[in-house]
Amino acid sequence: MSEFMKDPHIVKSYDRDLETAQALIMKMGGLVEAAILEAANSLENRDEELAERVREGDRAIDALEQQINEEAARLLALRQPSAGDLRTVLTVMKISGNLERVGDYAKNMAKRTGVLVQMAPIDGSTGAIRRMAKAVEMMMKDALDAYIQRDAELAQDVRLRDAEVDQMYNALFRQFLTFMLEDPRNITACMHLHFIAKNIERMGDHATSIADQVIYLVTGSVPEDERPKADRTAFETHDTP
Amino acid sequence: MYDTPNLENKVVTNETKISARGCQVYYGDTHAIKDVDVDIEDKTVTAFIGPSGCGKSTFLRCLNRMNDTIDVCRVEGDITLDGEDIYDPKVDPVQLRAKVGMVFQKPNPFPKSIYDNIAYGPRIHGLAKNKADLDDIVEKSLRRGAIWDEVKDRLDAPGTGLSGGQQQRLCIARAVATEPEVLLMDEPCSALDPIATAQVEELIDELRQDYSVVIVTHSMQQAARVSQKTAFFHLGNLVEYGETGQIFTNPQDPRTESYITGRIG
Repeated sequence: MSEFMKDPHIVKSYDRDLETAQALIMKMGGLVEAAILEAANSLENRDEELAERVREGDRAIDALEQQINEEAARLLALRQPSAGDLRTVLTVMKISGNLERVGDYAKNMAKRTGVLVQMAPIDGSTGAIRRMAKAVEMMMKDALDAYIQRDAELAQDVRLRDAEVDQMYNALFRQFLTFMLEDPRNITACMHLHFIAKNIERMGDHATSIADQVIYLVTGSVPEDERPKADRTAFETHDTP
Repeated sequence: MYDTPNLENKVVTNETKISARGCQVYYGDTHAIKDVDVDIEDKTVTAFIGPSGCGKSTFLRCLNRMNDTIDVCRVEGDITLDGEDIYDPKVDPVQLRAKVGMVFQKPNPFPKSIYDNIAYGPRIHGLAKNKADLDDIVEKSLRRGAIWDEVKDRLDAPGTGLSGGQQQRLCIARAVATEPEVLLMDEPCSALDPIATAQVEELIDELRQDYSVVIVTHSMQQAARVSQKTAFFHLGNLVEYGETGQIFTNPQDPRTESYITGRIG
C-alpha cells in the first residue's frame, strides 16, 4: 500500500503502523459494502437466510471499529503524529465511525426484511430500494478508493452524487405515502420499507462524510461549499398526490 | 479541522519586535544563511526548528550579534530591534546583549554563588543603586526563573552545585536579571530530564507575558508545546514560517512536512 504514501518514514515501523490502521479501514469498508448489497438483495429476493447473515456480520464490523480505535489511540500515544500523519490518524478514526454506522443501518435493513417476508410484497418497491442501495454502495466504494489513493477529485464527485440518492429517497417516500393512502393494510409494510429507504439515504450521508474526510486528509481543510441537497421530505405534507 | 481558539496560547500581539530582511551569513566561503526575511513578534514564543546544520542556531546568534565573536563569520542584510539596526556601528554589542538575553544548551552558571550569578549582569550594567536594590533584583529574577523557593535559603552556595534543571533555570534567571526585551534560547532543555524540561517550558510560557522569546529546539514536540510561531529552516533557507498549530497540522511546504513527520526528505 506504500505507493500512495509520500516518502517513507525514517523509522519504518511507523509506516507499518499507519498502513495497518488504513488496511483495517479497507477491510471494514469491504465488509460494509457487502452488507449494503446483501441487505438489499435479501429484501428483493425475500431471502431470510441472507438477511440473517447480514445481521450476524455486523459483529465483525463492530469488532473492526474497536480494533481501529485501539490502533489509532496507540499511534497517537506512541508516535505523536503531526501534519499529514496526524490527519491520517484522525480520518482513520472518523471513517471507522462512519462505517460502523453504515453497518448498523444494513443490519437494521436485514431485521426489517425478516418482518417484511411475512407480508405481501409491495409492487416495485424492492427493486427501487436495491437500485438505491447499489448507488450508495458505489458511493462508498469510490469514497474508500479516493481515501486510499488520496484522490480529492473523486471524493468531490462522491459528495455531489449524494443528491441523486436523496432524490431516489424522495421518490420512494412519495410512493409509500401513496400506497398507504390507497390501502391502510399496506401501512405496516410501507413503514418498514420507508425506514429501509431512510437507512439507505443515511448511508449516503456517511459516504459523503467519508468523502469530506478524504478532502481534509489531502488538502488540510474540510470542504466548506454547500453541496446540493435533495432530501425534501422534511417539508412534505401527507396530502401530496 | 478548525483551530480551536486556545486563550492561553493566543498570540497576544502582532507587534514586530525583531525584523530581518535579506539576512545572509557566511562562515568564510560557506553560505550558512541564505536571504532570510522574518518578523519576530513581541510577547510571543517563536520556535526555530530544522535538521542539524540548517542554520537555525546561526540565525539565532545573529539576533544578539553573538556571531561577532567568530572571526570568519560575516553577516549581511538588515536586522532591526524595534526598528533600529542592531548592526549599526554605533550599537554597543554588550548593551545589545543586555537587551537581547541568551540561554544556552548546557547550563553554564558562573563558578560563583547563586546570588552573584544573578547579580553579575546588573552590576556591570549599573542597574542597582545600592545593596538593597541589588537584593531586590536578585530575588525578582530568581522568582521569574521559577527557582526562588528552591534556592532562597542558600543564596551563598555555588551555582554549580545545583541540579541540571535548577542550573538551567538559574541561567534563565540570570538572563532576565538585566531586564532584557528578547530572550534567545538555544536548545535550553536538551540536557534536562522531562520534569526539569516541563518546568522550563512552563517558565517560557510565563516569560512570554513580558518578553519576546525565540527558542531553537530539536524537539518538535517541544516546539509544538511552547511556541505560538514556528519557523522551519533547511539548508540555510527559511522554508516556512507560520502559526505553530498550522505548521504541525497542515504545513504548506513538502520539506516542512517531511521533516516534522520524520520522513526521508
